[in-house]
Amino acid sequence: MSTSQQLSTPNMCTWCPGCGDFGIWTAFKQAATKQGWDNSNTAIVAGIGCHGHIVNFIKLTSFEGLHGRPIPVASGIKMANHDLNVFVFTGDGDCLAEGGNHFIHAARRNQNITVILHDNAVYGLTTGQTSPRSPKGFKSKSTPQGNIEEPLHPLRMALAAGATFLGREYAGNIPQLTELMIKASEHEGFAVVQVLQPCVTFNHIYSHAFYQENTYAVGPDYDPTNKVAAYEKLLEWGEKQIPVGVLYQVEQPTYEEQIPQIGKKSLVGQGARKREIKDLLKRYQ
Amino acid sequence: MHPFTFKIGGEAGFGIMSAGLTFSKIATRSGYYIFDYTEYPSIIRGGHNVMQVTVGTEPVGSARMATELLVALNQETLNLHQEEVPEGGAIIYDKEQKIDVSKVPHGVHLLAVPFHRFAREIGGNILMRNTVAMGAAVGVLGGKLQILLDLISEEFAAKKPEVVAKNHACARAGYEYVRENYPNNILTVLKPRRLPPLRPAAAGHLPSGAAASGLPLWRDRGGQQLVVTGNEAVALGAVAAGMQFVAIYPMTPTSNILHVLAPLQEQYGFIYKQPEDEISAINMAIGASFAGARAMTATAGGGFCLMTEGYGLAGITETPLVIIEGMRPGPATGLPTWTDQGDLQFVLHAHQGDFPRIVLAPGDVEEAFHMTMQAFNLADKYQTPVVVMIDKCICESHWSVPAFDYGDYKINRGKLVLKKQKEYARYALNADGISPRALPGTGNHIVANSDEHNEVGYSNEEALNRRQQMEKRMKKLEMCMKEDMPEPMLYGPKDAEVTIVSWGSNKGVILDAMKELPNVNYLHVTWMSPFPTESVKNILKSARKIVSIECNYSGQLMSLISEKTGIKIKSNLLKYDGRPFYPEEIIEKVNSLSFRAKPHGGAKPRNPLTFKSQRSSDSSTRASSVGMTT
Repeated sequence: MSTSQQLSTPNMCTWCPGCGDFGIWTAFKQAATKQGWDNSNTAIVAGIGCHGHIVNFIKLTSFEGLHGRPIPVASGIKMANHDLNVFVFTGDGDCLAEGGNHFIHAARRNQNITVILHDNAVYGLTTGQTSPRSPKGFKSKSTPQGNIEEPLHPLRMALAAGATFLGREYAGNIPQLTELMIKASEHEGFAVVQVLQPCVTFNHIYSHAFYQENTYAVGPDYDPTNKVAAYEKLLEWGEKQIPVGVLYQVEQPTYEEQIPQIGKKSLVGQGARKREIKDLLKRYQ
Repeated sequence: MHPFTFKIGGEAGFGIMSAGLTFSKIATRSGYYIFDYTEYPSIIRGGHNVMQVTVGTEPVGSARMATELLVALNQETLNLHQEEVPEGGAIIYDKEQKIDVSKVPHGVHLLAVPFHRFAREIGGNILMRNTVAMGAAVGVLGGKLQILLDLISEEFAAKKPEVVAKNHACARAGYEYVRENYPNNILTVLKPRRLPPLRPAAAGHLPSGAAASGLPLWRDRGGQQLVVTGNEAVALGAVAAGMQFVAIYPMTPTSNILHVLAPLQEQYGFIYKQPEDEISAINMAIGASFAGARAMTATAGGGFCLMTEGYGLAGITETPLVIIEGMRPGPATGLPTWTDQGDLQFVLHAHQGDFPRIVLAPGDVEEAFHMTMQAFNLADKYQTPVVVMIDKCICESHWSVPAFDYGDYKINRGKLVLKKQKEYARYALNADGISPRALPGTGNHIVANSDEHNEVGYSNEEALNRRQQMEKRMKKLEMCMKEDMPEPMLYGPKDAEVTIVSWGSNKGVILDAMKELPNVNYLHVTWMSPFPTESVKNILKSARKIVSIECNYSGQLMSLISEKTGIKIKSNLLKYDGRPFYPEEIIEKVNSLSFRAKPHGGAKPRNPLTFKSQRSSDSSTRASSVGMTT
């Protein structure tokens, strides 16, 4: 069990004032406090980008890996010790450009991990280049004449690939984001939370005001278990048209629960033992 | 006896590999030592496949240029390999298949066996032509038919009894046909003999200290022999060493490691994961290892290109990891199914920046088994990645070895922390550079960080901290040199006219060549990083003539020796056409350097196991046969 105080570290937070990462950080700490995520039961993995600095600001066991690669590291952790709650913190460049392949494959495996996608639709740490989430026409250091590519839609990709929980929230809606993180973590299977995260320094299109004006929560009449309806919902994007909340959720066997050799105990729980292979050697006579 | 070479060739899809392995097992069960070698193109069907087996009364480790008995299942095999058959050798072929034997060299015996007809009439399936051919081969080589029948029963144990019975009948038909039609051409190559009883390894399986100099050529330890490839040895070593997680993306020449491991995972309680690419493979293995599982990945040079960023990630996060790197000729796709040793300098320098790289290079199947086991302990002890490099001739060739003896092996997981500590810092500075490693879930706050970090693991860019952490990591290599690195192995006389320096599977062919080169010794290097600088320097300083033998273009071990010891080796024998060395090439090279290294008398030893000139009317040599037979 942790308190917010116990989760804090001595390091000074280096995100820009007004960055959406503060909302994600706060919501995650609140969710951790509420749910008792601590160093006896939780591990977080981060990629490289502004989001990755979170490992310095939260006192939970963490692995900050390479740009684009947090998902495979998290998959390895989960397969080795499925008793841990495993969270991935990743950015839109990290998850969708460099790590796009890992994202779709982890989704189709339905690995029981939660991916928090810091989606600021720009490269922040490298001081402002276009990302796979930047809108068409977006002007930046890498597209001074305007972006001629269409943006990717991570939840549509994840749905097509086989993810079983898809949520979206604006980084400034901290209570709702906290609840969404808890739901995603409680979901058994591959869960993606797309956090609409304003970058106050390099993305002046997707600002706090933009998301405050253009997002709406899906109502109680929305059925998140209907895959076709969910895909239609995910096609919505634009003015007054960005749905947030739990957009898709179905139950499917997780990857880990289908591995018989860890049915009773995790690999780490079983420990590494020298094995007798005499019978095995007989096959080679 | 002088080693005897058996070769079988045919179209891909004919079952050449499995016939070759059957032959290797027959020879081994009959009390002989084998080394086999396959050549096949990177296509699924069609194309030419060939497998050759060297059979000896003492351990052997190389393929030969000459083929004493060639089994040609099609015309192409004959076209490509008939020139390899020396005078007195023989070719088994199917006369009824309209095979053109007009270009078979003079003095080579042609043994016609109707394996296609027998397969159809007796087996009811053309695929059984191999079985007929194997029966014929066992027949002319004086082998025991029952050994072949037993192997067939084992191979088809899961099939219907009639499948076994039909294959038995086909094998018997081939066997009896040659015994009846070529009674004067029966050799004793496979005549069952008793192997010497098992002798224990003299000083452990991996050489250390004084035991490493003046080693006999092959340590013939006798006993019941296994027929194992390097890939199988690596997989078996990993299972024995308690490996818990392995992620492998398929790639020749190491795919067979996953083929061995995947079916064993449930019984032995580990996970094999096929990832989406090699980047994922190494990152998954790093994640599993961070969580506390003994983890491994395996790939070829091209896959290791993708793994290089993960290689350094394991280095800076100090995550134990075993990486098996199989070598084939590059760059890029290169020659996918052939052999090479061109990755040494790549692996030694892969990834940007400095971190403690431990790189081992076994030279045969037994070394591959024990070094894989050792790699897991080194990775855990030093909390760093350990690469085991094997070339295709180790990966895919079968070798005879006594059942692996790993009784002395003890798992060393290093400084593992499983209980909650009052204060815990993942990268705490201490004398030996190795910090206590707590596992996630133990209540300790652990931060593994690919950014340079302070003792806790938080990102830190201060100059002093950077120096301290870098020095802490690099210190591990010094300790590894002192505590774990053995002396390099020197085979043959301590004092020799010529000293050969080499590594990897060349060990086998060099030791085979040295049977005919009494004034030559061989420095076998298996530790590439850290490197046994002092011992290599001492051995080479007192050497008269040095020749480096490598399967690469640039002499990469030679460069490493020069870099580490300052000794520049002037003579070399380099091969980069995807083919392994033959003993004949090494003998020729050494003889060109030193007259005194020549075998006593200088004459080529005569192979007593050649087919006699025959009198049977049905058999023919090219000297007397008509060209086109129908």
